Amino acid sequence: MMNEQPLNTPKSPSDLFFSFAGLSIKAFGGIIVFAEQMVVEKKRWLSRKEFLEDWAVAQTMPGAPVMNLSIMIGSRHFGVMGALAGLTGILLLPLILILLLVCAFAYFGEDPRIVGALQGMGAVSAGLLISTGVKLIKPLKVNPLGKTICAILGLSCFGLIALAHYPLATVLICLGPLACILAYFKFTSGSPGESA
Amino acid sequence: MIHIPDWSALFLHFGILSLFSVGGPMGLIPDIHRYLVTEHGWISNAQFTDSIVIAQASPGPNILFLALLGWNMGLQAGGYFLALLGALGCLFAYVVPSSILFYITANWVEKNRSSRLVKSFKAGMSPIVVALLISSGIVLAGANGNGHNDFKLWLLAGLTVLMVLRTKVPMLLLLLIGGCIGALGVFA
Repeated sequence: MMNEQPLNTPKSPSDLFFSFAGLSIKAFGGIIVFAEQMVVEKKRWLSRKEFLEDWAVAQTMPGAPVMNLSIMIGSRHFGVMGALAGLTGILLLPLILILLLVCAFAYFGEDPRIVGALQGMGAVSAGLLISTGVKLIKPLKVNPLGKTICAILGLSCFGLIALAHYPLATVLICLGPLACILAYFKFTSGSPGESA
Repeated sequence: MIHIPDWSALFLHFGILSLFSVGGPMGLIPDIHRYLVTEHGWISNAQFTDSIVIAQASPGPNILFLALLGWNMGLQAGGYFLALLGALGCLFAYVVPSSILFYITANWVEKNRSSRLVKSFKAGMSPIVVALLISSGIVLAGANGNGHNDFKLWLLAGLTVLMVLRTKVPMLLLLLIGGCIGALGVFA
């Protein structure tokens, strides 16, 4: 894996602000795609496995997951200042841009070329989401649950959301506790790979 | 149209919703629609839908659609200054409560990172998070189609997956290409 080399840490709150602002302003569609690219591949603040775990916490708490991720990474290194720097980085530039866009949309929104472009970009961001998901399968190989249980959990989650169209909250409430309890027992039985 | 005293009720509503929005605000759309459009009539149905479309087409987190809702309500109630206040107010009303809660949670998780509870939570949720991601991609791939063009959108999404995993083409370039293909009318 690529994460054999040591990881970096954010240099300062302003480093956090600019890094998150840079990812946010180019994040079309699923923002996790660009978050993973910035945090894991470019800045190397987290390994892929750590990113997946932090994202799991960020996603299961209220609030937009990417905001929560910026708060988590920010506060880990610089406390409240770091959290605020990450959060404002995520929000500020896209907010300004979107308010300009909404003014423009009042004039051009009906143009069929705009509608078509949005469809095309929507399909590409769907592909980006899927490929980020595929990249994050790799760290599951060292998951203490083991490959079989991971696959069963993943496939049932996929079936409930993508095929049966259950709401996210329902699926999380059903599968989440089950998965955590299974993991809890795996840690007791002292299986290998439980460190880190 | 929304009046001055209504803003505080609105912000309070968003603030409470904020604490219940697991997995982001998109799951709140039905409730926000009921509150703003059906119950109070503060904005029209078209404005509501347009706000979501613009937020999805624009970079950054999807929660910015809340700012657009506030912008539209303010614009109707009295011009651009009120629109700006409405946008900031709606966004902060959502961002602040969940962020404070998460800041406390993140610190707790950090302090107990080697406890069995936190480790099992992270390990247990990991496969689910991966599946959620792939599922959102699958759901999104067919979401914009009209029935006739679905297979073209699926094809484009599939090619994107291959490009990302097999080549080093930047993701922004892929988005740009997708946008151009769509603008040329391929999906019409």
